[in-house]
Amino acid sequence: MIARLILQRLAISIVILFAVSLIIFFATVLLPGDPARAILGQQATPERIAAINEQMNLNEPPLTRYFLWLGGLFVGDLGTSVATGQPVSQLLSDRVGSSVVLMVAAALISVPAGVILGIVSALRRGKAVDNTVTGLSLVLAALPEFVVGIALVAFFSTTVFTILPAVTMRPPGTQVWDFPSQLILPIAVLVLVVTPYIARMMRATMLEVLDSGYVEMARLKGVPERRVIFRHALPHAIGPVAQVIAIQLAWMAGGVVVVEFLFRFPGLGQALIDAVDYRDVQVVQAVTMIVALIYVIVNLLADIVGILTNPKLRTGGDA
Amino acid sequence: MSSFDTTSTGSIATVSPSARRSSAWHARAQEGGNVLEIDDLHITATASGADVISDVELDLKPSEILALVGESGSGKTTVGLAVLGHFRTGLTHACGTVWLYPSDADEPAEMTALPDATLRQLRGARVSYIPQDPALSLNPGMRVGEQISEVLDIHGFGSSAEERAERVRSVLREVGLPDDEAYQRRWPHQLSGGQQQRIGIAMAFAMYPDVLVLDEPTTGLDVATQAQVLDTIREMTVRNKVAGLYITHDLAVVAEIADRIAVMLRGRIVEQGGCADVLERPQHDYTKTLLAAVPDLAGRNRIGDFERADVPADEKAAAEARATAAEENRKTHLLTTDATHASPAAEAATASGPETGTSGTAGPETGTASPETGTSGTGGATAASEVSERQPTAPATDAVLQVRGLGLSYGPKTILESIDLDLRAGECTLLLGESGSGKTTLARSIAGLNDGYTGDVIYRGETIARSTRQRSIGQRTDIQYIFQSPFSSLNPRRTIGESLAVPLEMAGGLSAAQRREQVKDALDAVRLGRQFHDRRPGDLSGGERQRAAIARALVNMPSVLICDEITSALDVSVQASIISLLRTLQDERGLAMLFVTHNIALARHIASRVAVLNAGRIVDDGPVDAVLENPQHTYTQELLANVPSL
Repeated sequence: MIARLILQRLAISIVILFAVSLIIFFATVLLPGDPARAILGQQATPERIAAINEQMNLNEPPLTRYFLWLGGLFVGDLGTSVATGQPVSQLLSDRVGSSVVLMVAAALISVPAGVILGIVSALRRGKAVDNTVTGLSLVLAALPEFVVGIALVAFFSTTVFTILPAVTMRPPGTQVWDFPSQLILPIAVLVLVVTPYIARMMRATMLEVLDSGYVEMARLKGVPERRVIFRHALPHAIGPVAQVIAIQLAWMAGGVVVVEFLFRFPGLGQALIDAVDYRDVQVVQAVTMIVALIYVIVNLLADIVGILTNPKLRTGGDA
Repeated sequence: MSSFDTTSTGSIATVSPSARRSSAWHARAQEGGNVLEIDDLHITATASGADVISDVELDLKPSEILALVGESGSGKTTVGLAVLGHFRTGLTHACGTVWLYPSDADEPAEMTALPDATLRQLRGARVSYIPQDPALSLNPGMRVGEQISEVLDIHGFGSSAEERAERVRSVLREVGLPDDEAYQRRWPHQLSGGQQQRIGIAMAFAMYPDVLVLDEPTTGLDVATQAQVLDTIREMTVRNKVAGLYITHDLAVVAEIADRIAVMLRGRIVEQGGCADVLERPQHDYTKTLLAAVPDLAGRNRIGDFERADVPADEKAAAEARATAAEENRKTHLLTTDATHASPAAEAATASGPETGTSGTAGPETGTASPETGTSGTGGATAASEVSERQPTAPATDAVLQVRGLGLSYGPKTILESIDLDLRAGECTLLLGESGSGKTTLARSIAGLNDGYTGDVIYRGETIARSTRQRSIGQRTDIQYIFQSPFSSLNPRRTIGESLAVPLEMAGGLSAAQRREQVKDALDAVRLGRQFHDRRPGDLSGGERQRAAIARALVNMPSVLICDEITSALDVSVQASIISLLRTLQDERGLAMLFVTHNIALARHIASRVAVLNAGRIVDDGPVDAVLENPQHTYTQELLANVPSL
């Protein structure tokens, strides 16, 4: 039963990815500009343009090009960057790694932090801790990520203290994680933006569950408070929160663009911005496809958490 | 009734942790000492400091069941939870003591002043709780077996995991459930309501507690299930020497199960005594009121006269003053209506009480009642034309609405099968059925809220469209529906007047001023009074809301009224006043009524005919007396055998 539900969700995810790939491909193809001319710039001669068109299959009808591109995606061939002439996969491999480090680190901090803050806040309803958490999270949730980022830069790198680097420097041949201090601020911004939503949602669902009949019953059975919270309350509260976490993590995949731009962080976001600047269609397509993939994967994971925490779904309704 | 075989008692004694029980406790119990003593208990609302519970004094002996009786909001549950040392959010223990004498200790425990850890050791082990609604109290995310074994694990039952597993199986057998592994691995949603309640009982009995708090454990169960659950509870209290505090509003159940009764009114105990004493010779006026409102199968207890006894229909203490005002308004209104109409038929009908319906005079009476509706001035053009057209086409003996061969299935599942039913003017038909019998589906099909049925609904000789959307405005306004819960059927953001005007706006043809006047007339007709026009549902008690809902069904002067379990969410005294109101309205207006209910005891109080629905088929149909005294189908016989009575 569970396997069937998960397979069903997986099939839906694949359909969604196909739809996304269609939209991405045709949206970028419709963009004005001639890729061959863009690559060649000043040196464009009719022969060389024709040669590049031939090399990049630009003479084929759009539908054929779409399937050639889609087929390439399956074997890891993301096409050739028109700006640098390098394969896109090679160009992005470093970038993806850097961004994933950023996002995974932020997720590993913000998810437990949000969940724990939400639980603590719900358990101390109306007390100082709760008021602080709800107040602060509301303020942070209201601030866009670049404001948070600039504030952090002002506080830790420039005006007040100068203890952390404001931009990311990466000499060629090194990786971003070779300089951990450079990662702190970008990760902090992502954490500060994502955590409040998770904490607020966790608090709301937890409050609802704590007021439920079965939590009262558990207490009246003499169940110790720790077990009441983790065995009786949390599994019911976590389902809706998983959805919010998924949306937040998916947002991070896109929101990372702004943060990377702010900190000059050499990740996917930077690559996307550069690619749009240079009309590097192949890179734009690849990056958006990767972001879409992350969206679909985290939402699939959230669905699976939802299925696992809801026995009614697991056993197929009122069987 | 409490027949339990001695062999099973023997086998349980070996499992029972009798060795741990203190001999001093046994000595006390032998001498007739109490196992629970509540003294001078006061509980206040944290916010206002006002007393919610005052001067409550109760005591309990082993094997004894004390019924704590009162209406919603009287504080029964608050007292019950105080026995477990639990106070819900917003309530504070002000003073007084709750002494529990646990069988495994020499010293008694004061439940309201224990540290959390000690309290937890007692809860679920020495004093346990059976909740009102098992659907809400069982954890939907835990298998039922685990929920029982959790109690044993926490309180360290026995000495090994095998012993605990054996206890889970034995307690499941004791409550009459299968004890196999597969059953234990079920989720709560895979059990019926009765089975869920038994799991709750098994959880409470697992540790052989000394005191049991039962919070309306049979509310919401069918009579047959209720009878079984009551048997289980009584048997287990006797077998395990458990003292029970049985919280309920249902006096008929009390008569079946309790040894003693304590009656609560607004947080105070107003009367306490032996079961027979209180039920037969009630001292306090409130107890008398409550008893007068209990519908009985024989129809002797004229609950229709209840309202005439000048009892405030309101259950909320806070709303007392408002209720008195409404009451006075109602009385003056009653006087004026009686004076203006001076209708002998209506007078006689109300005065003669339950017999009216069952006597053969219903037909002719209706004849005099329906023209009166036209002259009462409350009816607009629709009512007048409707009355004039009713006379030739529908003589009093003919059915206003006929159901012929109605059936409905969802996929392979048959919900209703070849239903035939006649509703006549001035006659109320009780549609009786347990939950899942399809009674609401049938009611909704007739009203056109379900359009997936087969067969015909014939209104005044004409087969009408299946869905309300396709029915004409006239047909729609003529067949009105009242929903079960007055708490969810009125839009909380609209005033009563706004809600009541909606059907008139839908029917069209009236100016805003006319609509307003008609709404106010309807409010008068249901004895609420015009001042309720601008109130919102949140300010009203349950009974007042249901009256408003009835008024909404009446604004368009319907000729068929379908009432779907409209009193099952209400207290008995409120139910009595609503029943009385419906009877009066029916007599005044000659309505054809379908009263859907699971409570067979209401039959003689409201209806002249009974149709019994079982598993989607009508198994018994006829005049009330014929069906109740000479039931044809075994299902009806069984149902009648299980009805608790005073």
